[in-house]
Amino acid sequence: MATLFDKLWEMHRIGDAGDGEDLIAIDRLLLHERTGGVALKSLAENGYGVRDAGRVFAIMDHIVSFRSGRSRDEARSPGGEAFIVETRAMAAQAGIHLIDTDNPAQGIVHVVAPELGIALPGLTIACPDSHTCSLGALGALAWGIGSSDAEHAMATGALRLMKPKQMRVTVTGKLAPGVTAKDLALYLIAQYGAAGGKRCAIEFTGEAISALEIEGRLTLCNLAVEFAAFTALIAPDEKTLAYVSGRTFGPQAEQEAAARAHWASLRSDADATFDEEIFLDAADVQPQVSWGTSPEHTASLGASVPDGADPRALAYMGLKAGDGVRGLPIGGAFIGSCTNGRLSDLKAAADILKGRRVAPGIRAVCVPGSQAVRREAAALGIDKIFIEAGFEWGEPGCAMCFYAGGETFPAGTRVMSSTNRNFEGRQGPGVRTHLASPAVVAASAIAGHICAPADILVEGGGA
Amino acid sequence: MPMAFQSHRGLAAALLVDNVDTDQIIPSREMKTVSRDGLGEGLFAGWRYTEPGGREPAPDFVLNRAGQAGTSVLISGTNFGCGSSREHAVWALMDYGIRAVIAKSFGEIFHGNCLRNGVLPIALPADEVDMLAREAGGAVFSIDLASQSLTTEAVPGWTGTFEIAPYPKRLLLEGLDPIGLTLKEAPQIEDFLDADRKARPWVYAAG
Repeated sequence: MATLFDKLWEMHRIGDAGDGEDLIAIDRLLLHERTGGVALKSLAENGYGVRDAGRVFAIMDHIVSFRSGRSRDEARSPGGEAFIVETRAMAAQAGIHLIDTDNPAQGIVHVVAPELGIALPGLTIACPDSHTCSLGALGALAWGIGSSDAEHAMATGALRLMKPKQMRVTVTGKLAPGVTAKDLALYLIAQYGAAGGKRCAIEFTGEAISALEIEGRLTLCNLAVEFAAFTALIAPDEKTLAYVSGRTFGPQAEQEAAARAHWASLRSDADATFDEEIFLDAADVQPQVSWGTSPEHTASLGASVPDGADPRALAYMGLKAGDGVRGLPIGGAFIGSCTNGRLSDLKAAADILKGRRVAPGIRAVCVPGSQAVRREAAALGIDKIFIEAGFEWGEPGCAMCFYAGGETFPAGTRVMSSTNRNFEGRQGPGVRTHLASPAVVAASAIAGHICAPADILVEGGGA
Repeated sequence: MPMAFQSHRGLAAALLVDNVDTDQIIPSREMKTVSRDGLGEGLFAGWRYTEPGGREPAPDFVLNRAGQAGTSVLISGTNFGCGSSREHAVWALMDYGIRAVIAKSFGEIFHGNCLRNGVLPIALPADEVDMLAREAGGAVFSIDLASQSLTTEAVPGWTGTFEIAPYPKRLLLEGLDPIGLTLKEAPQIEDFLDADRKARPWVYAAG
């Protein structure tokens, strides 16, 4: 009676590290330019080497420019090129895999890792980025760490960890048409709070989870860190196995059968027990929009800001209790990020945007999560739909998911965003971020105010 | 190499806000250096200065108030340090001079980052934190790691106790190098890898 998490833990447990901790083997260590260069440099300065360079990957995503036609070292933050140059040099010195700014596989680390088969079921994956939990969608044990732990993992091939508690979130029923994994995740966080995950390893299960495609599962697990989870997991199924098949860094042909047999065994036993249980009915979930400055400050699109809402958040967002967010005029829209920058996200937005125009005065930006997504979108004509609707169409990276200095929306601008965080200043000083699914962001950009896709369809199109 | 922490005596400031995220502790725009040093100036920059990117102190922000010079202990709410995994948040706290954070709970990655860098995260029950924020913001605290306890001049007779796992406690007390410690287990790691290569060869064939 072991959980999936128990099995993954035991499989990677090198031994008892003393003090109640275990030494856990790390199969893949991922870096990005914001902290990767610092970690590699510090490691070298302290006299340590990278134990197995073939299993360490550095990917440029955080502060690379998203300007179409960017140059190799171009950053979107003043002085940001130093991080790109430093990470490139240190990666070469360490002999690790480098997916550089001009590499046709470049993109956001959590988008690229599944695309290339760097993330696979059953692997332990650590990365100095909090949204590493995204990769649990494939049945991998993946979690965000700090730079010091990244150095530790590179030098030793392992991390010392106290086994976390476990939570199961069971989602029964079906999500209604137009209700997405993003809505489900925001709904969960709003119901139980941003600390509701209690530092647990969470397994998502149930009919509604099985029904999600892999990209939706990645979105759901991506937001587990906003729920204060240690990580999230979804047991691999036929969809997962089909998804990972034939990826660049996946098993070679002669290993494929053994790998598939192993992956098929990765599931919680029927009688396994969890420390915490949450049950949700998918039918209760409607399209969500955040109103405040924490992902827990979220409600259904048509609901009003609750009584007793955090006054600090309301002051920042220019709202008061009882206000509805539906109908609020917006000044910006962003579609992209490791949460919602995949092909299915762009398709969902394009379905709304096709033949319509963004409302006057709105800056709307779409940045595909990876070069592969960008190419696939172009092959489907999605790039043209975005551009003809009035969106900027960027080069892959984290882009306007967070402000890094440099250009952004003017202070006070209300921005609809497909990203993961609505913190104060997250998208720039004074910028008011409302989190939502790509379709809701697209519909709001067309209408010029926060609205549901159905509102646009009824109105019959924008100007 | 982490800084040792045995005991600490210092001035506290109450920043009783829930979900203080690492973007607030150090905004991304303030992460200008490819090193761990010099980040204290960017600590809480969005709240501490009147203008983004400026250095004019915002008079209402707690660390700028009269009598708060030299603050080395923060009191805060639920889920302190949630958000981005950026270790710069802890480096900024350290560089400013903060050695301990008392909160109702902590973000998971931030909590680990604190322990790796010599900042002590102290989780106390919500009602105790509320009481301390009310009674002891601006007061001197004495913190002792060995006995996992703390007191404050402002609340005579009160002693708080906190949990810390044995391994990080040892690291902090002795200022040990975690990589060096783990590398003592190198033979055990090699044995594991030898067996695992046979069991899961595809893991080791990347690229």
